Amino acid sequence: MARVPVQFTLNGEEKAEFVESGVTLLKALRDKIGDMSVKGGCQQGTCGSCSVIIDGELRLSCLTLAESCNGAAIETTGGLAEPGALHPLQHAFADGFATQCGFCTPGMIMAAKALLDRNPSPSREDVVEAISGNICRCTGYEPIIQAILDASRANSLSVA
Amino acid sequence: MGLSLQTFPSTEQAKAALEANRASRYLGGGTLLVRSANEGEVSFSTFVRSTDPALTSIEISAGSARLGASLTMSAIIGARALAVVSPAARAVGGPAIRNMATIGGNLYAPAPYGDFTVALLALDATLEIDGNDIPIGAFLAGRDDTYARSIVRAVRFAIPSSDQFRFLKVSRVKPKGVSVLSICAVLEEQDGLITSARIAYGCMADRPMRAAEVEAALAGKPRSQQGIADALALATKGTAPITDAIASAWYRSEVLPVHLGRLLLTA
Repeated sequence: MARVPVQFTLNGEEKAEFVESGVTLLKALRDKIGDMSVKGGCQQGTCGSCSVIIDGELRLSCLTLAESCNGAAIETTGGLAEPGALHPLQHAFADGFATQCGFCTPGMIMAAKALLDRNPSPSREDVVEAISGNICRCTGYEPIIQAILDASRANSLSVA
Repeated sequence: MGLSLQTFPSTEQAKAALEANRASRYLGGGTLLVRSANEGEVSFSTFVRSTDPALTSIEISAGSARLGASLTMSAIIGARALAVVSPAARAVGGPAIRNMATIGGNLYAPAPYGDFTVALLALDATLEIDGNDIPIGAFLAGRDDTYARSIVRAVRFAIPSSDQFRFLKVSRVKPKGVSVLSICAVLEEQDGLITSARIAYGCMADRPMRAAEVEAALAGKPRSQQGIADALALATKGTAPITDAIASAWYRSEVLPVHLGRLLLTA
């Protein structure tokens, strides 16, 4: 199968790679770029574990073709933490025991980030809606919802 | 088998590529087609897509809407002029799916998917396909053969008022889940009586369907418990519900009249 060039920014860094035409962004990120923070779950668009932010919008990398991302700005959990400092969402998930096996966590956090980027002070209902495309089978949703609300409060405190 | 993607700046070029290669499929948002490739579907080897900006345009004029077929559900939700129909777009998937799923893809979605198409059917939408205007009912009847390899350019419909448009999606998982069924009703009323009713169902057949007998039974009746009783008795006429992991055909038939009644009586 022919290989095609793809070029995009990943967490602010320019990336250029040759990938097989028709390959998904999930495969390109994990197998070519080496960003293992993106998890592949159902591959059907049902579980949300592969969620990434593309040009500011939450999308599923398992259903997005890498070639269609040429020129895009892609964000994953791999780029959230600053050196020596976790992102407020990561802090809140750790402090609030919102991660158990951890497989859904990257997708949950990106769904939460997409929400907080456009609505820094969400209601509980906003949070429930924001993660409605993400499935968790072990932690349970309550700690996750609470962690996202805690992160939003921490954000607003740091801004104030 | 490896897959490839071909991207074209115009819809005409994409259409030509589809016609030149029987093993190609037109790619909208990817929520159905890439999914089927991930599941091992081998009937196609090439994705064809178009970046034609006309496919993502929104035109509102004199109470009518013309929406490019590549518009996503999120784009519909974000368009103030389309606020009336946004509940149907909001019913599709979670946030990530809504950022990807397109009108065009929804038109081809098999039950239990395709909730937005249920609304388009009740809105009596017209589809623009290869320079022709196709009524949505005719499109749905022929989408597996006549229009199986078509590219829908746009959909047009008259924007109803908020008191005319009613949409309901029933699912087991809250707030988002796959449809048990969905219902859309576009009702016109005058002097307390229903003068016109268009009712569409999702999941009550293998594709969205109109409830013609219900529509006829509602004409001239008041929108009251007693007024809709005859229509509810006919609610399942002509239906052939799907059975899947979400619900059996029997269950869908049992609950349809209940939900139809609630929707019709919503203030």
